[in-house]
Amino acid sequence: MLAFSIRRLFQALLVMIVVALIAFTLFRFVGDPVNQMVGVETTPEQREALRERLGLNDAVIVQFARFILNAAQFDFGTSYQFKQPVAEMIGKRLPATLELSVVSAIFAVLVGIPMGVYTGLNRDSFLSKVFLSASLVGISLPTFFIGILLIFIFSVNLQWLPSFGRGEVVQIGWWSTGLLTWSGIKALVLPAITLGLFQMTLIMRLVRSEMLEVIRTDYIKFARARGLPNRTVNYRHALKNTLVPVITITGLQLGTIIAFAIITETVFQWPGMGLLFLQSVQNVDIPIMAAYLMLIAFLFVLINFVVDLLYFYVDPRLRTERAIK
Amino acid sequence: MSDEPLNRNAPQGALKRALDSDILHSFLRSKVTVVAAVITALYFIGALFAPWIAPHDPFDLAGISILDARVPPVWMDGSDPRFLLGTDDQGRDVFSAILYGSRISLAVGFLSVILAAIVGVLLGLVAGYVGGRTDAVIMRIAEVQLTFPAILIALLIDGAARGLFGNLDREKYVFWILVFSISLSLWVQYARTVRGSTLVEKNKEYVQAARLIGIPPFLIMIRHVLPNVIGPVLVIATINLAIAIVTEATLSFLGVGVPPTQPSLGTLIRIGNDFLFSGEWWIAIFPGVALALLVLAVNLLGDWLRDALNPKLR
Repeated sequence: MLAFSIRRLFQALLVMIVVALIAFTLFRFVGDPVNQMVGVETTPEQREALRERLGLNDAVIVQFARFILNAAQFDFGTSYQFKQPVAEMIGKRLPATLELSVVSAIFAVLVGIPMGVYTGLNRDSFLSKVFLSASLVGISLPTFFIGILLIFIFSVNLQWLPSFGRGEVVQIGWWSTGLLTWSGIKALVLPAITLGLFQMTLIMRLVRSEMLEVIRTDYIKFARARGLPNRTVNYRHALKNTLVPVITITGLQLGTIIAFAIITETVFQWPGMGLLFLQSVQNVDIPIMAAYLMLIAFLFVLINFVVDLLYFYVDPRLRTERAIK
Repeated sequence: MSDEPLNRNAPQGALKRALDSDILHSFLRSKVTVVAAVITALYFIGALFAPWIAPHDPFDLAGISILDARVPPVWMDGSDPRFLLGTDDQGRDVFSAILYGSRISLAVGFLSVILAAIVGVLLGLVAGYVGGRTDAVIMRIAEVQLTFPAILIALLIDGAARGLFGNLDREKYVFWILVFSISLSLWVQYARTVRGSTLVEKNKEYVQAARLIGIPPFLIMIRHVLPNVIGPVLVIATINLAIAIVTEATLSFLGVGVPPTQPSLGTLIRIGNDFLFSGEWWIAIFPGVALALLVLAVNLLGDWLRDALNPKLR
């Protein structure tokens, strides 16, 4: 297990270095950093001085090393457009995105798993067919259009829920949360559903196909023959054995959720990192783009690593197999 | 299934064989698939012949009038029979705009899928056939890229392109930047699939025979291995067409896609989104429904194709 973790750690490190290289290339070679920072009236001498001060005249490999060292200390330079430290700007918006992502992931799991179990157990019931057709439509609807539809129904026509912003937020240390106020929770509902719907259908379909396979196995038949109540068989024996792929997909999807938050945040004007990133793409604000890329890569790598370790926890067979070897 | 024909009296000739094939039968048996195929075909026809079918030319400035702005669809009060699905804020016919929009959406989708397939299949072939270090490098790149969602990669490339060309020049190349960034985010799946089947094929006798008589590796890959690994590519391509269309629409919606002067379905939704609250819902909702219907139809076709070409399910 230790050897496995170390190997994964090395792979993770490799991914991070590759991503850092891409981010650095973006930063260094797309547009001239000096041109972006100074005004038109700056003299060539001043430009050259700035160039020297930023270290842009050093060898590229030295610059790359410096870039990585700075990144490791969460120093991604200054935004071209806002003239503020990038790390600070992203830090301020991190809680909004993380709250949105985590709530949608919880929504996807809490709704998706029971729906998957139900459709797996009652294959031919009318409700199952409704769920399945709905999930196909759900997969085909682009995220942003789901958001627009929800706004159209619940904000414009019914006027139940707000269509933009985070509502009132409470500051706890450096973390700002919208989960403690009523308006904050109301503001979270539509974006969280929009963001989690795709994952929900994915989880539902996955649990369904796994359940279909598991309930055909012998040990489930034996459990039924022993006269165990249906609830025990379905949830304690069958569902438990479908969870390995579900954990993998859900874990990997958490990364996708954070990335897809860009779209949801744009539709709902949610003040998170995704919106910041999108604005930086439109304004070619390279330091923010580079920092966001590094942050997302880090989250992905971290999530993958945790998911790998979770396997061992969920599936005892993996532990014994390794022990025998 | 054996190699022998099921029916020895089966009609000869390519066309007749196709008419009697398993695939056609399984196609006609599934009503949903037939409907999906018809819808997809209608979109293709609508997109190809948009200038002739569309009742108005939404980009002809002389043809549109601001006086016709914000007319609701025909079944609502205050509508105008000339505009089936109403008009937008500049008096453009929504129905015509959808036809022209599908044209751009489908063009971007098709081109990016083709480009992604070419790059992915070639890299997969080389990785599988040559093996060794080449294989390791290509597959590592694929793995790293696979961890990032397509939309993020496309956004980054677009951002980089803006930096390189500047915002004004970008408008000229935007179509190709979109195609390039979407295809770059899709090639991995082809490469992995083709590599897998190439690994199996390259040890078969016909490949060894070809190698023995001295055919150069590149020709063996293209002429002998490729035809035997291309099947699954078709399935991936169909499903990817739906993904590519959604990605393009999303990028356009986010404002980094095609400009409003040549709107795709995504751009139309973006434009209409501003009028959702003032009551002109049709400007955004109709293009959105058109987009969803197209993606759903292509997805259904892809699902069916995957099952039909999967020998395990026969």
